[in-house]
Amino acid sequence: MELVTSVLAIAVFAGASLVYAAVGEIVTERAGVLNLGVEGMMIMGAVTAFAAAVASGNAMVGVVVGGVVGGIMALVHAFATITLRADQVVSGLALTLAGGGLASFLGQRLGPGGAPLVGMVGPRFHGVPIPWLSDLPVVGPALFDQDVLVYLLFLVVPAVWFFVARTRPGLALRAVGESPQTADAMGIGVYRVRYLATVFGGVLAGIAGAHLSLAYTPGWTEHLTGGRGWIAIALVIFATWDPRRAVLGALLFGGVNAIQFRLQAEGTTIPASLLNMMPYLLTIVVLVVITRFEALRHRLGAPAALGLAYDREERT
Amino acid sequence: MLELRGIVKRFPGVLANDGIDFELLPGEIHTLLGENGAGKSTLMKIVYGLYRPDAGEILVDGTRVDIHRPTDAIELGIGMVHQHFMLVDTLTVAENVAMGLRSSRRPLTDLDVVAERIVELGERFGLPVDPHAVIWQLSVGQRQRVEILKALYRDARLLILDEPTAVLTPQEADQLFDTLRTMTEDGRGIIFISHKLREVLALSDRITVLRHGKVVGEVDDPTAVTREDLARMMVGRDVKLAPDKAPARPGPARLRVRGLRVHGDRGTEAVSGIDLEVRGGEIVGIAGVSGNGQRELAEAIAGLRRPVAGEILVGEVDVAGSSPAEIHAAGVRYISEARMREGAIPGFTVAENLLLVDHGDPRFRRGVLFDDRAIEEHGRRLVAEYRVKTPGLDTPVEHLSGGNIQKLIVARELSARPDVLIAAQPTRGVDIGAAEYIHARLVEERDRGTAVLVISEDLDEILALADRIAVIYEGRIVDVVDRAEADREVLGLMMAGGHPGSGGETAAAAGGAAR
Repeated sequence: MELVTSVLAIAVFAGASLVYAAVGEIVTERAGVLNLGVEGMMIMGAVTAFAAAVASGNAMVGVVVGGVVGGIMALVHAFATITLRADQVVSGLALTLAGGGLASFLGQRLGPGGAPLVGMVGPRFHGVPIPWLSDLPVVGPALFDQDVLVYLLFLVVPAVWFFVARTRPGLALRAVGESPQTADAMGIGVYRVRYLATVFGGVLAGIAGAHLSLAYTPGWTEHLTGGRGWIAIALVIFATWDPRRAVLGALLFGGVNAIQFRLQAEGTTIPASLLNMMPYLLTIVVLVVITRFEALRHRLGAPAALGLAYDREERT
Repeated sequence: MLELRGIVKRFPGVLANDGIDFELLPGEIHTLLGENGAGKSTLMKIVYGLYRPDAGEILVDGTRVDIHRPTDAIELGIGMVHQHFMLVDTLTVAENVAMGLRSSRRPLTDLDVVAERIVELGERFGLPVDPHAVIWQLSVGQRQRVEILKALYRDARLLILDEPTAVLTPQEADQLFDTLRTMTEDGRGIIFISHKLREVLALSDRITVLRHGKVVGEVDDPTAVTREDLARMMVGRDVKLAPDKAPARPGPARLRVRGLRVHGDRGTEAVSGIDLEVRGGEIVGIAGVSGNGQRELAEAIAGLRRPVAGEILVGEVDVAGSSPAEIHAAGVRYISEARMREGAIPGFTVAENLLLVDHGDPRFRRGVLFDDRAIEEHGRRLVAEYRVKTPGLDTPVEHLSGGNIQKLIVARELSARPDVLIAAQPTRGVDIGAAEYIHARLVEERDRGTAVLVISEDLDEILALADRIAVIYEGRIVDVVDRAEADREVLGLMMAGGHPGSGGETAAAAGGAAR
């Protein structure tokens, strides 16, 4: 029982950044914009969040800065793909590559007085147990003994789901992703919706990065995100573009992470590098299984206009 | 209520609208008639704010207006039913109607209020539809009702319908016309776009004919003109609406399909047990509304889709499940309905496209290399023989018109002298001149002894070409009738699933409700 409790607690903790990034990407893709720059936005969010937290002495300031930086990067993607109609895949990959390089560079300079951030200790989020609730068996420590950013997810996920499924603007968002021509003919501002959705996704990716550098593995090291942005993109497919299911996927990934830590702590003979691969392997396996057996039958649920630029006067 | 003065719209390389004047009165059904590419849709997209005109002015109720975007048009009371439905397949009817409107319960949706109003409007105008149904579950006819309801919901006083009957059975079209007349009774104006002459004559109060972006004729009294008159105005010369055809002299069966079952794109059954026979020297026409398994049937015969069960006998050989190459070798050729996707490669030249199927033929090879001279000679011969209008053999086909691309495909497939020819939608989107030519070639091919299977959603085309007509509905052949005994009304009922002699009308209604 104690094992389950601790694994679950780590799973939630490890999965939080994935939920932020995946939910953001879900909103972006629902508008028909594929942003493969999540990894880049996340790592830029991580480094700038940590730097801002160190400079201001306040972790919350870091989160805000990380979110803004993620949003600005997404804005670049939006301008390139929506206004200039550049290829979404190319622009997204460019964002990831540029973000990784820029983050390494900034990590050398953004400390106080231009010092490197690597190895520096700064403000961070600590677990804030919620009285009484955190004493619940099994789920207590997992859900109610976490940091503020995890608690914020309890609001963000239901809110995004509700927005997409139940509100008029959410309806507009879905329409733009499914058939921009239709949305346009009905008087919905296709470009505006796509810009907003893309920037929203960027902000959440930036916050995801902030959770890594301010809570999960406090501090800055190179390659801090370790491919989590890509896993978040995989989760979007796993979740069939439903934020609720993204949580499930993130927990699964986080859970494998937790088990791997646990095994290492118990002193297993399996090499650590093999164990570190597990979450990534799992992602591939789950994706293959899901697309093969389930999603195909449900027509994958992908927004029909995903990845396509829209041009009103284009003649087809 | 609407007046257009001197509208000009240029696209790269094309003058789509060249100074068009047009007028619509309240309570009037005014038809815009013209061939594909004459500029009808472009003109209406300008009125609806989807395109910006390069010159000219638009007046609504006598005042000059600027229509920058669809919202402006909607506010002026203009509604449009697009040729390709503007509906989101994964949303419900109510959601589609509500899209882009202000909710009475902002920012939440008020879909139950919307649904009520949809039912109300549906009853008033004879457009029944379930507001909670998801679009992809609806038949095309029902989807069109949703499109019209969308406009009515926004209080459209002026409704533009772009080729609304292309996807309807004759009966559904008649129903639509009743609805449209109801709408004009309280002063609404309707602009009807079509190239189906029969309907245009039946419905219109006034007709304006466009050719190459210009107004070439106005008819104030449609009862005073014939279909041939209208066709002449559209094309600019006399046109034969149906090819000259001697009675068929069918030989032995060349294509026999038995118990064929084929799955569609979604993995559900699209062809549910079809038996069909085409003899050499006859044209069998498959009539039916789009999406009833025609495409899957054709693709199964052509080898592009593996059948789940059944036989496809070409002569005595079963080719079910064979590769397209094997099927070509068996003497079957296929003119695909997806001209630019399966029929030709847009970026390839005319000569290359003419070679697509036969690129392995020793005639065009010299060792391991292509024999450029033989290929050029082959291309030159076909282009001349089939009157493909092209600047040259090395022009990419994407620069040709739809009619000329189709002639090129017909040339390629017929030059192989097939035993069996499958022609799917052979003249869809093709200008009347090219259609006339292709029809004549198909009849010629029949007279050469080929077994010809023509699949078309255009009942007039089937009636003009076929010697026998098979009606397809939900993946089954309802009945096969001789052309001489075929009756448009009865065929229309069968296209909606009604069986002959079983009280067609009620069976059709039940078939519609079952979808």
